[in-house]
Amino acid sequence: MTSGKYLRLAIGVVAIAGLIVVPINFNRYGLFILSQWAVMTIAAMGLNLTLGYAGQVSLAQGAFVGIGAYTAAILTTLGWPLIAALALAILLCFAVGWMLGYPALRVQHHYLAFVTLAFSTLMFLVFRNESWLTNGIYGISNIPRPHVFGFATNKPLPFYYLCLASLGIVSAAMWWLIRSPWGRAFTALRENPLRALSLGVDTRRYTLMAFALGSVLGGVSGVLYAPLTQYIDPVPFNLSLSLDLLMMVIVGGAGFFLGPFLGAMISVLLPEWLRDYTHDYYLMVYAIAVIGLLIYSPTGILGILDRYLTARRTKAASALRAAAQSRLETAQ
Amino acid sequence: MTAVLEVRDVRKSFGGITAVDGVSFDVREGEILGLIGPNGCGKSTLFNCILGQLTPSAGEVRIDGRAVTGLRPSQLNRLGVSRTFQLLQVFPKLSVRDNLILAGQEHQGSMLSRLFGPSDAGLTDAAERMIGFFKLDHLAGEPAGGLSYGQQKLLDAAMAFMGGPRLVLLDEPAGGVNPTMLGDLKDRLTAINRERQATFVVIEHNMEFVMSLCSRVMVMAEGKVLAIGPPDEIRANPAVIEAYLGH
Repeated sequence: MTSGKYLRLAIGVVAIAGLIVVPINFNRYGLFILSQWAVMTIAAMGLNLTLGYAGQVSLAQGAFVGIGAYTAAILTTLGWPLIAALALAILLCFAVGWMLGYPALRVQHHYLAFVTLAFSTLMFLVFRNESWLTNGIYGISNIPRPHVFGFATNKPLPFYYLCLASLGIVSAAMWWLIRSPWGRAFTALRENPLRALSLGVDTRRYTLMAFALGSVLGGVSGVLYAPLTQYIDPVPFNLSLSLDLLMMVIVGGAGFFLGPFLGAMISVLLPEWLRDYTHDYYLMVYAIAVIGLLIYSPTGILGILDRYLTARRTKAASALRAAAQSRLETAQ
Repeated sequence: MTAVLEVRDVRKSFGGITAVDGVSFDVREGEILGLIGPNGCGKSTLFNCILGQLTPSAGEVRIDGRAVTGLRPSQLNRLGVSRTFQLLQVFPKLSVRDNLILAGQEHQGSMLSRLFGPSDAGLTDAAERMIGFFKLDHLAGEPAGGLSYGQQKLLDAAMAFMGGPRLVLLDEPAGGVNPTMLGDLKDRLTAINRERQATFVVIEHNMEFVMSLCSRVMVMAEGKVLAIGPPDEIRANPAVIEAYLGH
């Protein structure tokens, strides 16, 4: 047990050190892709909370990334600091996410997916048509990158570190959340809402909270996305972003803490890597790889690991039982 | 003795079918009331009406003299009314210990204090005691989904007791449990009833189990109360024999 703990700790330290040290020599494009991975991981973690832990389907996570991105773009081009835009985006996404949770109290599964899909479309139309606020299809350009504790993040490497640090903070908060009684209540909500209700779990409030908190992370992701690309228009925040985020959660392993990290890696990094080898066919190869993975393991990449560990534990337990049995028999 | 639960003329209809048809009874503090009757006589619907899972079409439910008709199940649970279900209802992915902690955590503090407080909500000791009490010690860390059916039944019952309830409604606790484990379950229920003055209402088809566990038995047929009284009286009641027990 403890050796497993040390192993996990060691892997974690190596991974974090790697994420800090290895990209130092990356070119501009490599750093952009890696920053994008960190930003998308934050949004996917939010969806993993709503969908993976609390079991509420949402096809609107991309819209919250959009809300965060537009909040940051509009305010920072007006001269606000990014941190103020972040605070406002968090409040806004919490409130809107909370309200989007209300339909989930009435409808579930595919029906809920459709309600959230409608919301996603609605937000896209707001981004595109409300030109007075969003500058419509022309988008918002010259989005500044922030100064953090006096350090400019204009260059790709410092901005990547900002994204990575944000991912670190979000991960720590998420770790705390899912280990708290709330995490247990979210899981109960997913596995058996009726029973949870009979045990005093206010399923209504936890459902709304799952939506609100998941949406907040979508917003946080968007607040970083705007200064990353430094130009936004409505197109990146249409339904396909929501579907991409959903795929990240499912491919990585819904309901696993590390699922979004892997899912975002596959969704953001794999196509880029494949492009170098398979040229024009890279998206096809990518699509087939995803289909193959989900046929092999419907619970995602971490589902494979989970099955392997469970099988090993079961084997160890039955070996113990067999040993105890034979001791009993020899004693007789 | 005062009544913990008072049910007054409760009715529940689904379309043209009246599943519960004007049921009234009291459950006194500290007693174990058995609820028997043929399948489809309205026992589970009555439970659901008492527990807020269904809203009665008419009538009133009182807990400790307070009208609770229309409260949500989670609110009732925090007032000290707990239940088990006819079909297994544990959280398969959570460990046995986490199932029990979950069953107790919403009974203390506020939502905020639960978020920032300890991750076990200070309930690990209480959960371990309950695990020991129901003889599930070696399984504490296992996911509940990996337990045998009988063990899950025990866990299901244990969860109903985590919040320290005054009144527990058990829907067929003995269904599908083997005779050895059934004896265990009966001992545990009797012990909790005696030590904590918890009051039970038990739906059950296993006559031997009901008659030996309960202080009073209520018989339902076609949505109505057919008879209510001590086990011996019920066993000898001609109407009950006709409708349910058989000759």
